[in-house]
Amino acid sequence: MTFGRYPAGGLAFPHRDLLGIAQLERHEILYLLDEAEPWVDLNRQPSKHSDTLAGLTIINAFFENSTRTLLSFEIAGKRLGADVVNMHAAQSSVKKGETLIDTAITLNAMRADAIVIRHGSSGAVDLIASKVDCPVLNAGDGSHEHPTQALLDALALRHALRERGEAAEDFTGLVITICGDILHSRVARSNILCLQALGASVRLCAPPALMPAGVETIGAEPFHDFDAALEGADVVMMLRLQNERMQGQFIPSAREYHHLYGLTLERLKRAAPDALVMHPGPMNRGVEIDSEVADMLDRSIITRQVEMGVAIRMSCLDILTRRTRGVEGWT
Amino acid sequence: MKQQRPLAITNGQLITPAGLVTGGLRAEGGVITQCGDVTMQDGDDVVDARGQLMAPGLVDLGVFAIDKPAFHFGGITRAALMPDQNPPLDLPSRVSYIAKSGKPDLWVHPLAAATSGLSGEQLAEIGLMKAAGARGVATGRRWIADSGVMLRLLQYAAMLDLVVVSHAEDAGLSGESAATAGEMATRMGLPSAPAEAEALAIARDIALAEIAGARLHIRQVTTRAGLALVKAAKSRGVAVTAGVTPAHFMLSDLATSGFRTFARLSPPLRCDEDRKAVVAAIGEGVIDVISSGHDPRGPEDKRLPFADAEEGMAGAETLLAMTLTLVRDNVIDLPRAFDLLARNPARLLGVEAGELAIGKEADIALIDPEKPWIVDRRKMEATADNTPFDSFPTQGRVMALFKGGARV
Repeated sequence: MTFGRYPAGGLAFPHRDLLGIAQLERHEILYLLDEAEPWVDLNRQPSKHSDTLAGLTIINAFFENSTRTLLSFEIAGKRLGADVVNMHAAQSSVKKGETLIDTAITLNAMRADAIVIRHGSSGAVDLIASKVDCPVLNAGDGSHEHPTQALLDALALRHALRERGEAAEDFTGLVITICGDILHSRVARSNILCLQALGASVRLCAPPALMPAGVETIGAEPFHDFDAALEGADVVMMLRLQNERMQGQFIPSAREYHHLYGLTLERLKRAAPDALVMHPGPMNRGVEIDSEVADMLDRSIITRQVEMGVAIRMSCLDILTRRTRGVEGWT
Repeated sequence: MKQQRPLAITNGQLITPAGLVTGGLRAEGGVITQCGDVTMQDGDDVVDARGQLMAPGLVDLGVFAIDKPAFHFGGITRAALMPDQNPPLDLPSRVSYIAKSGKPDLWVHPLAAATSGLSGEQLAEIGLMKAAGARGVATGRRWIADSGVMLRLLQYAAMLDLVVVSHAEDAGLSGESAATAGEMATRMGLPSAPAEAEALAIARDIALAEIAGARLHIRQVTTRAGLALVKAAKSRGVAVTAGVTPAHFMLSDLATSGFRTFARLSPPLRCDEDRKAVVAAIGEGVIDVISSGHDPRGPEDKRLPFADAEEGMAGAETLLAMTLTLVRDNVIDLPRAFDLLARNPARLLGVEAGELAIGKEADIALIDPEKPWIVDRRKMEATADNTPFDSFPTQGRVMALFKGGARV
């Protein structure tokens, strides 16, 4: 870390919780990214253990099913030496009619040092955060935000650009196209805010039924024609078609969706030469993205996104528990 | 608490449809017998209004709960109860029970459920419910999606000369939405429906009311497009009236930021352009009724993620003060404010109240229109504290209330 790059001590990140990218300033986003770099290095060592969070308890409370985000948070907590406990909605008393507030109070009474929450309703994590005494990390709330996903995407993109020798502080000048179910996507919302904060211009592409109203007012450029949206783009971020959220008839069929919005090698040619391809996973191969695109070694950074996920979550857990741990300058 | 002795209120400013009148009034047997110049008689119970406003008690068209302390705080002496009760008001026995439930100091006028179980399918026994005391028919919190059912309802209600109170949101568009489509809903990731869902519903209901020759009251009209349809229909003589609650002329969807579930309403709050259109429509006379939409909801309904929380606000206590802001902003004058709050809703319900005139029920509120106060949800009279106006500084309080000539 360069001296003087950020406000001193706890002022570098004055928030108790990480609820969304919307609450963050540009320098706070960069701080979270920079603080993840040592963890990227550690995670590439044979011995991946740190005692930074030794003795602390982290609860991963997932009210909605998740495989990769839960695993990523669990690995991050364990590599930092914390005691990590996972609570799955399917096993919890939520099914027995306990209110979300009561669940939050229960978790709080168990004296967790950080709670990671995923919930199917927008705003649920904010609500829980208002009822507990420890830092809360949003691991995805409804269609609202998924801040660690946006942060890991930024970190993965930064690494990929650096490896190409395009060492840039942020993403100023980059054109990034996000394509897919924007309407239901918390990943899209967090990424729009994060990428814009870091200087990129963001294009959004979706069929009209999957495009939320008023995206222009957030500064994103909407497209319905995927080819036009791809024209000259430096990065293409594909989103998963969220079948579980499709209560109505949003699109006629998966194959028609692929016809109009699937990322094929042929389509990718419209983007900038060497444009990078991203996907938050899990992928529906052959629907929103073709395998030959997803598996391009030099262009697809999809597996790197997963790798950076662990490091960024270690960074967030480290920073948010510094006050509890009495780190100098953070008390 | 029937009026025992004649009541004489003197030294006030009477709000009458014709304008402000200095003087007082006298009531006997629950009815206003003198208005303006008062001749007191021996044995009268005399009240000095000390120059305060004397207004008709408010007639609140379309509340979801009977909440007497809140109604009395807000100067409401009559409330038309929506049929969305548990169980719904779809049987004559339930209607007759409700019709007596508030007496003597609050008169509740039940609105009969239009369809059995409010399911929007089979017509309820509206004629029998009218005989049991129903003063109107209401579709409930939801729109009747089936146009055939709605037409038959309007025809039936026209035959019985009952007003049909409808909720205007196209069900196919509104679905499970919790917000109006736009920047706020997009930022918060809330399921949303376009504001045009309202205009679609209004257009259909007006067309059907025209066929049926029915009296249609759209309980809440909250969008520019919806108001334009009402205005056009009125100008060609359709018997359509429109209402609104203070939430939709005081607040826009910005009030939902931070997932404030007290601002989760039905219909949802709109953009600021629509809010301004509502204010303009009140000024132009397109809107006929301002009501509280009183719907107290406890923490078990409101301390939830936004889209999972129940809709509704506790509005009875703030109805008068929020409406008086329109007077202070010169949108309307005082007599017109009480047309919206009392006279027009009383006419729609067909009750002899809602204005200070000889022969009308002596439902009277003494009001200090300047008295400043701050809305504080911790100090509310309502059974729940879900006001979207918490911590709003405001002006105007009811200082005394009389129902049928008896002090409340």
